[in-house]
Amino acid sequence: MSITLSEAESRRVVAKYGVPVSPFVTGNSPDEVLAAVSADATITYPVVAKLCGRAIAHKTERGLVRLGIADADALRAACVELLGKALPEDGRVEVLVSSMVDGNRELIAGLNADPQFGMTVMVGVGGILAEAIRDVSFRLAPITTVDAAEMLDDLTTQRLFDEFRGEPAADRGAIIAALVALARVGAEEPGLRSADLNPLILVDGKPVAVDALLEIDSDD
Amino acid sequence: MTDLSALFDPKGIIITGVSNHPGKFGFVTLHNLLSSGYEGRVFPVSREPGAVLGLDVLGSIDDVPDGAADMVFICTPPAINEGLLRQAAAKGVTAAFCAAGGYREAGPEGADAEKRLADLCGELGIALAGPNGQGVVSTPAKMCAQIVAPYAPAGKIAIASQSGNFVSSFLNLANHTGVGVSRAVAAGNASVLGIADYLEYFTDDPHTAVSLVYVESVENGREMFDRMRPLSERKPIVVVKGGASAAGARAAASHTGALASDDAVFDGMCRQAGLIRATDVEEAFEAAATFATQPLPDGGRVVIVTTVGGHGVAAVDAMANTRLDPVPLPQDLLAAIDAKLPPRWSKNNPIDMAGGETRDTVPEILQLVAEHPDVDGVVLLGIGIQSNTAAMMRSGPFFPEHGLERIVGFHERQDTRYAEAATEISAATGTPIVVATELATADPSNPAPATRRAAGQMCHSSASRAVRSLHHLATYAAWRSSRGL
Repeated sequence: MSITLSEAESRRVVAKYGVPVSPFVTGNSPDEVLAAVSADATITYPVVAKLCGRAIAHKTERGLVRLGIADADALRAACVELLGKALPEDGRVEVLVSSMVDGNRELIAGLNADPQFGMTVMVGVGGILAEAIRDVSFRLAPITTVDAAEMLDDLTTQRLFDEFRGEPAADRGAIIAALVALARVGAEEPGLRSADLNPLILVDGKPVAVDALLEIDSDD
Repeated sequence: MTDLSALFDPKGIIITGVSNHPGKFGFVTLHNLLSSGYEGRVFPVSREPGAVLGLDVLGSIDDVPDGAADMVFICTPPAINEGLLRQAAAKGVTAAFCAAGGYREAGPEGADAEKRLADLCGELGIALAGPNGQGVVSTPAKMCAQIVAPYAPAGKIAIASQSGNFVSSFLNLANHTGVGVSRAVAAGNASVLGIADYLEYFTDDPHTAVSLVYVESVENGREMFDRMRPLSERKPIVVVKGGASAAGARAAASHTGALASDDAVFDGMCRQAGLIRATDVEEAFEAAATFATQPLPDGGRVVIVTTVGGHGVAAVDAMANTRLDPVPLPQDLLAAIDAKLPPRWSKNNPIDMAGGETRDTVPEILQLVAEHPDVDGVVLLGIGIQSNTAAMMRSGPFFPEHGLERIVGFHERQDTRYAEAATEISAATGTPIVVATELATADPSNPAPATRRAAGQMCHSSASRAVRSLHHLATYAAWRSSRGL
């Protein structure tokens, strides 16, 4: 059996290895959330607020994400609303707040424990269409920077990495570093079954994960 | 690492289960072994006394002189094979190819018998290939120890396959193309020796330049990866994979898991380990044949040399989504070629000579292109056309009058020369030159493909297939260079 970690827990695990995630704070109540936001200079409005918990794997489908929150009052209202949507079976929940990040290009990166090949790392063209587009490249974790560079070369949609709609060309070195770090999560983090960073948004060409989901072995 | 020298270079071979019936495995194996010119000692063993194919049959392995054989080829049923292996080991046998079936593939009892067979070989110090495999071929030993055909010309490709049929397919293609083989083995049930074991042997083998592998099931992919990666640093390994395994289809809680098809993961493993993956058996053989006979390119800058236009266009089209780039001709190269061709030539890449070639033009231009420092690879197209015209003249009603005999001879000598020049110039310049004409299959007797074949050099049957092989060489070369190899 396996369980999924909450988005906040998942973000903390991957960030520990150097995977870039958007700045975030969490809180169990509107007061806690607002205090945390005002104490953290890296978080600036507009922000996004999400209800997260171990049992909540698909927040968007359940309407548990609020985008483009402009100020503290709106954030307080969003927190009240989100916490009110928690179901008993969700168990322990909290509100996660992070800055809105701006970028048109979305990658997906992830990990998967393969029955034959062990832990694998993936990068692909991301977002909600990732599974339909299926432009992905896998390697066995861990990987070198050369392996990671070749993973990017494998993708069919190479134009994604050029200058794009007023945004600079992708910083391949930064994406490569993120993939090497993610593969280390897979190789070193005990009990890991899979991970999704979807989307991994290119912000000024550099990758930033704005969502993370880790699946780990459970005893029961 | 297991020593497989007795499997691929045995000094003497015992064949069990040899009968007088030419339809039986034992007979066919003996026939093929003697026909391929094996020069070691051969000991057919059977319960039926007498002679088969001129050799006296021994009633028991006990009758084999001590130390005279180091390999046993088993065509007898599972019930008696453990006893035979003990006898063989006592005579100095260190390798066994078990062609006999009735093991794991036959059910639980067979699986038990296979386990006992494997354990016994471990105990006796015998390297066990098979069971349930079609055999082993080794051209340095002039050995075709197989229950089926064919043998193959000598060359530098070593083959290991999880399907016996594809060993035959690869060997048939070796015969067809003239690009030869060093070793070939069917892994059968692979109860002891598996693909990775054979690859380790091939990589150390001085007769082998490239390994060619067919895999269906990958039971321990991580181990395969760990063992193959250091091998591909030393020699190229071409892989073709058949089938999809159901094990990868577990319900995925993640998008990544849902995207992790067996094929995507296997493909990534190949890229990471430097394995060259081909999509089918023909492409795999042609890639291996090109690795075996051509130098590696330094990059992807390719110039196409053709006597006719259309083939050049097809070659450029085939380079889309490959590592190859039909680069513009460097100015100095363009000027040098311009001095040798009439004004109507293409003046660009592809170099379309537009029928402007005279006696020495093709070899001269090939030399200029291949030796240019900004050219990494060459595709030569449109050879054999002159001889094709000659063939019609030769078989027509007017031959040899009207000057036909003389022009036919000229055309045929020219194509022979072009085919030879490609080989010589590639060797002299270190630049790969791949060659293609559909005459390789449409009329193998045409002097262009026939000369390539006689020299053990690949003649692809189309521009796109030649490009595909060159792409595989460039992929491997790039894998090496990006790792400082």
